[in-house]
Amino acid sequence: MKDAILFLEDGKIFRGTSLNTYGETAGEVVFNTALSGYQEVLTDPSYAGQIVVMTYPLIGNYGINAEDLESDKIHVKGFVVKEFCRTHSNYRATQSLIQYLDEHKIIGIEGVDTRALTRHLRLSGAMKGLISTTDFDPVSLKAKLAKVPSMEGADWVKEVAPKEPYVVAAVGPRKYKVVVVDCGIKRNILREMALLGIECHVVPPSMSAEDILARKADGLFLSSGPGDPAAVTYVIETVRRLIGKLPIFGICLGNQMIGLALGGRTYKLKFGHHGINHPVKDLESGRISITSQNHGFCVDINSLDKNEVEVIHVNLNDKSVEGLRHKKHPLFSIQYHPEACPGPNDAKYLFGKFTDMMDQHKK
Amino acid sequence: MPKRTDIKKILLIGSGPIVIGQACEFDYSGTQACKALREEGYEIVLVNSNPATIMTDPETADKTYIEPLSVEFLELIIEKERPDAILPTLGGQTGLNLAVELWEKGVLEKYKVEMLGAKYEVIKKAEDRKKFKQACLSIGLDLPKSSFAYTLKEAHESVKEIGFPCIIRSSFTLGGTGGSIVYSQDEFEAKAKLGIESSMISEILIEESIEGWKEYELEVMRDKKDNVVIVCSIENLDAMGVHTGDSITVAPAQTLTDREYQRMRDQSLALIREIGVETGGSNIQFAVHPKTGRMVVIEMNPRVSRSSALASKATGFPIAKFAAKLAVGYTLDEIQNDITRETPASFEPTIDYCVIKIPRFTFEKFPEAKDVLGVQMKSVGETMAIGRTFKEALQKGLRGLEIHHIGFDNKMDYRIVDDAKMMHRLREPNASRIFYMKYALQKGLGVEKVSEITRVDIWFVAQLQQLVDFEREIIAEFENTKMLSAKTIRKAKEWGFSDAQLAEIMGSGETEMRKLRKDMGIVATFKVVDTCAAEFEAYTPYFYSTYETEDEAILQNEKISRSKKGPRKKIMILGGGPNRIGQGIEFDYCCCHAAFALKERGFETIMVNSNPETVSTDYDTSDRLYFEPLTFEDVMNIMDVEKPDGVIVQFGGQTPLNLARRLQQAGVPIIGTSVDSIDVAENRERFSELLNKLKIAQPANATAITVEDAIVAASHVGYPVLVRPSYVLGGRAMRIVYDEETILTFIDEVADVSRGHPILIDKFIEDAMEVDVDAICDGREVFVAGIMEHIENAGIHSGDSACVLPPHTLSEEILTEIKDSTKRIALALNVIGLLNIQFAIKGDKVFVLEVNPRASRTVPFVSKAIGVPLAKMAARIMAGEKLADFPKLPDIDRLKQVAVKECVLPFSRFSGVDIILGPEMKSTGEVMGLAPTFGAAFAKSQVAANQALPKKGSVFISVHENDKRHIAFMAKRLQDLGFKIYATKGTAKVLRSSGVATVIVDKTGEGEHNILTLLEKNEINLIINTPSGKKSQSDMRRIRSASIRQAIPCITTLQGAWAAVHGIEASLKEGFTVESLQSYYSRS
Repeated sequence: MKDAILFLEDGKIFRGTSLNTYGETAGEVVFNTALSGYQEVLTDPSYAGQIVVMTYPLIGNYGINAEDLESDKIHVKGFVVKEFCRTHSNYRATQSLIQYLDEHKIIGIEGVDTRALTRHLRLSGAMKGLISTTDFDPVSLKAKLAKVPSMEGADWVKEVAPKEPYVVAAVGPRKYKVVVVDCGIKRNILREMALLGIECHVVPPSMSAEDILARKADGLFLSSGPGDPAAVTYVIETVRRLIGKLPIFGICLGNQMIGLALGGRTYKLKFGHHGINHPVKDLESGRISITSQNHGFCVDINSLDKNEVEVIHVNLNDKSVEGLRHKKHPLFSIQYHPEACPGPNDAKYLFGKFTDMMDQHKK
Repeated sequence: MPKRTDIKKILLIGSGPIVIGQACEFDYSGTQACKALREEGYEIVLVNSNPATIMTDPETADKTYIEPLSVEFLELIIEKERPDAILPTLGGQTGLNLAVELWEKGVLEKYKVEMLGAKYEVIKKAEDRKKFKQACLSIGLDLPKSSFAYTLKEAHESVKEIGFPCIIRSSFTLGGTGGSIVYSQDEFEAKAKLGIESSMISEILIEESIEGWKEYELEVMRDKKDNVVIVCSIENLDAMGVHTGDSITVAPAQTLTDREYQRMRDQSLALIREIGVETGGSNIQFAVHPKTGRMVVIEMNPRVSRSSALASKATGFPIAKFAAKLAVGYTLDEIQNDITRETPASFEPTIDYCVIKIPRFTFEKFPEAKDVLGVQMKSVGETMAIGRTFKEALQKGLRGLEIHHIGFDNKMDYRIVDDAKMMHRLREPNASRIFYMKYALQKGLGVEKVSEITRVDIWFVAQLQQLVDFEREIIAEFENTKMLSAKTIRKAKEWGFSDAQLAEIMGSGETEMRKLRKDMGIVATFKVVDTCAAEFEAYTPYFYSTYETEDEAILQNEKISRSKKGPRKKIMILGGGPNRIGQGIEFDYCCCHAAFALKERGFETIMVNSNPETVSTDYDTSDRLYFEPLTFEDVMNIMDVEKPDGVIVQFGGQTPLNLARRLQQAGVPIIGTSVDSIDVAENRERFSELLNKLKIAQPANATAITVEDAIVAASHVGYPVLVRPSYVLGGRAMRIVYDEETILTFIDEVADVSRGHPILIDKFIEDAMEVDVDAICDGREVFVAGIMEHIENAGIHSGDSACVLPPHTLSEEILTEIKDSTKRIALALNVIGLLNIQFAIKGDKVFVLEVNPRASRTVPFVSKAIGVPLAKMAARIMAGEKLADFPKLPDIDRLKQVAVKECVLPFSRFSGVDIILGPEMKSTGEVMGLAPTFGAAFAKSQVAANQALPKKGSVFISVHENDKRHIAFMAKRLQDLGFKIYATKGTAKVLRSSGVATVIVDKTGEGEHNILTLLEKNEINLIINTPSGKKSQSDMRRIRSASIRQAIPCITTLQGAWAAVHGIEASLKEGFTVESLQSYYSRS
């Protein structure tokens, strides 16, 4: 345990103590309000490039287990909490959170007034920050932080995406074949699709539209992932060329890239949506789902042609766009995480909507 | 979906008197519902028999009926008011059961009253265990193995399959009455029988025991459009086997992975849909096997509950208020979250702190009962604490419990704790187990072993171990350096150690410790409870303390100072902490009234309390709410931040009064009656001096510090004497003693409770009548608001005796003397605010028994009886107004109505406890009977207290030698009213000689005319039994406990018997009518 500092871009300082990994780490500092699900958060590739602050103060209570990993590694740059649990309890746990962070050499700090930090981020917006256990000099920290690239304009997809294609088999007989563009996918998205009889042909984001079409799939899925969607120009271009050619469904970053491919704009939210309690209204059914969210960017609906695209889901907290649909082509996308993990399963039905869309397209 | 316009008038049923398992949380929920529905323009008819509630304030509803909660009375009210709908889900189990009964008896259909929130079938499906089981199975939910039985034979067959240990639960009861764990065949029959008898429908469920599993609860809300949200998850520290109401519980759930939590959430959603709760809140309990993770559903309440009150306070999400709005047609997304103002209610609160609830027990009041916990609830109150960590919240909670613990402390040195006793206390759940866990950890038993023995999850035990280890480090540091470093003190404060705990280690005082840490810059900071973990701005100032870097209370105050209006004068009200016998809802009522009145007068009101069940801890009640323990340290921390212009200590019962002197010494501006005057009333010598000066009589008395002095003093005063400690409420450890031999048996307990304060010894005046007076004084004038004549003679605690207002047997002369003495005492003490005096009247002599210059338990009762909000007036007077500033007050000698207060006793919860009343208060709650005559008011009060007097049948009479002469006349009256009289030999002889035809029965033994057999056969409808000499005590005790089992009214005083005869006569001859408070007041 060493003294640690979290130095923010605007000069604000928060102090705490580190776990057993020392040194420095930098990234965009965001807060997550989920009470449970730290394991899924740590391993969600969408958090690449970010330092995550958990607003719930007691983290690590149920340890780490083998089943709830959303990818094969920790993607967060740093982890900030009020108190790490020393003795966890859960029948599935195989190790403690502290061991897990240590193993992956992730700097975790505790003893931080995370509520003050959260309030600061809410009022001033998400910003870059640097955790250090070695350097406590604001001038030098500021200089170091200046060199860290901003989240806006950053392509983090290439850091987390696979280099080679792979296939995830359907559970039971294969009913659909879907090309999945993996920009940093969460395992549960693949699990949910597999359960519906979808065979997922997961491909790197660099794959061209022609190569995708050549796979003769029933549909195309665009995954969630980290960073600024506008920077992932290669996927946006691919999507643009595929619209109307096969049914498309996108989640999170996928939704943003679709918005951009349709000619729209995306903008950065002040401090993003990171939590599992956001109410979203499905405008078709009028039903409200409590949803799992993790995004810092959002599609600007006014930038899209209303004759072609309509909003199908809206966030009831800030009225931001949570889902789009093309009026003519088989295409819809969702800004939040219907695959949950962590979070409520209220929106799982959307995977069924994807298969419905593919069924209709087949006719 | 907009609100419904086809309904205009809605009937709301409250939950009646405070009993174990049903406390003021339903006043909180019902009051919220009334406010929410009136806001929407509905006309509200409210019924509740409990006068000490905010919901029965005439301003809360349009029509307020303080009437018994029975089908008979509700039908009268429905007939008169013709409501369009009834909202049954906000009045606890009582309200729900009544709605069910009204439906079943066809009353709702007859008057075309619609059930809102939950329909009859839904309630049945959730409450009827068989239907509930089917519903769960139909949607694939797992349950413990179980089977129903209606007879003993069926019960024996079922248990063969289920095996031992098993649990017996009876259907349709509250708080788990009639439930028990059975370990072997030997005890099975008796427990099964009790279960069948406690059930309204003679049904029991025999269930696989899941004792030792982890217990969870989810609070669920659903709207008409089928949107469902989870408000809060709760994890119990005590494993399955201890009633949730008796468990230490924590929010949110701590040891569930997200996957498990979501599975529980999914099941809750599926269940509320399957059961069909249309709108509103429900709670669903689950058990999880600690090793396999198997999850089973335990039960569901299709209504707001104690847990939903806790969940509301823990998250800031007002469940009852929203439930009411949903019931009239709104959907969750149409309701705004008041705290954030910009987000809708259709979300799931998230919190950034840890909440702990600790139950408060009162086993000391029932020495014959074991303090063992099981599936039947026994706690009488609870405290909630909020901290940034579990460790902090736990320590705050333990000191907030007000049982003389200053945290997770060392009341005993672990080295002297006997190992065998400790193991026993660990294994068998009990009220002080948490402290035995500490001793065990201090002795080095280890986390795993302690968890294994107690079945408390290892996560919790490990947290306790951290506290134990750190405390050891603090002690070592102090031993080595003779000082504590700022770093250590800061960490200790972050982990919830109180100044008193640290002072104990340093061998210094709490005040010095406080100064030391403040000099080091270690000060409490306040954070906001905002439903959203700071994701949105919060507008509702609801705070808790912790030790962090940023203080949001200061930030808010700065904002107010900068605003155009600027700051207002601030008044802080100290609440009463957890409910206990002797200090409960009545005091919370007064605190709320103080807040309401002062808010109206333009003050900024600040409430401090730690009781989650109350209206005072609703963030709507005051301008600023501090959810904090009521200790010197915690109050002073708030003082530092708020710097109020005045602090009220008069309204929260003994809790704030006990702090008054120290607060004043620390410079706190206490308003109202001075601390010195409070001391004159409490200090025996100063008090006697005052009465002598005023030439007002009091019984001979003395004080003593030591046990030896006490015995000498008692013989000086002359037996019988009343012995009690000073500075306590509710007659704690108070006894009437007839000889020296008896005094020796319990004087140590009195000395212990007195905690260094003098032991008070008064001459006990036998056969005297007792009178309670509540008055208000502004220093110049006195308003005598209520004179209450007790039904029972002096010697029975005023909280346990029935009383009538206006007095009905006192002469003009005596009344004048009482008023005169009250005025002179009030002025002599320079009372500013409320004053309560107890008088004893023997013949034509009036004695002052005690003076309490504070709000009393009877303030709400008197306020409702005379139609004047006394606590509001008192608060305004304390803030500087005069009696002359108020509109003309009613002439209390010319009231049009008679009000009777009756108490409700918890004896059915404590098996083996005798039901005889004495100077130590034992009742948990009270009801009010309001009628034009004494007889009818008394009869109503008995119905309301669930001991309705019979209108026909048989009366069993067995009285003390001295009472025999008086009883004959009553027996005659009863006979004339058509009752058959049974009596024991001695009593029968007297009765027969007075011309009362009497059947003689044996007290014990076999045979047909054995009273116990008659009771079992339900052939007796009323028992009049005044306790007699020690010899026959045990026989009578069996009779009295049988009366509790059979729910037969049992009267143990002669005066009570008199009142009963009046009541029976009135109900037979006059019949009952109902009238709203608004209507009563408009006539008087």
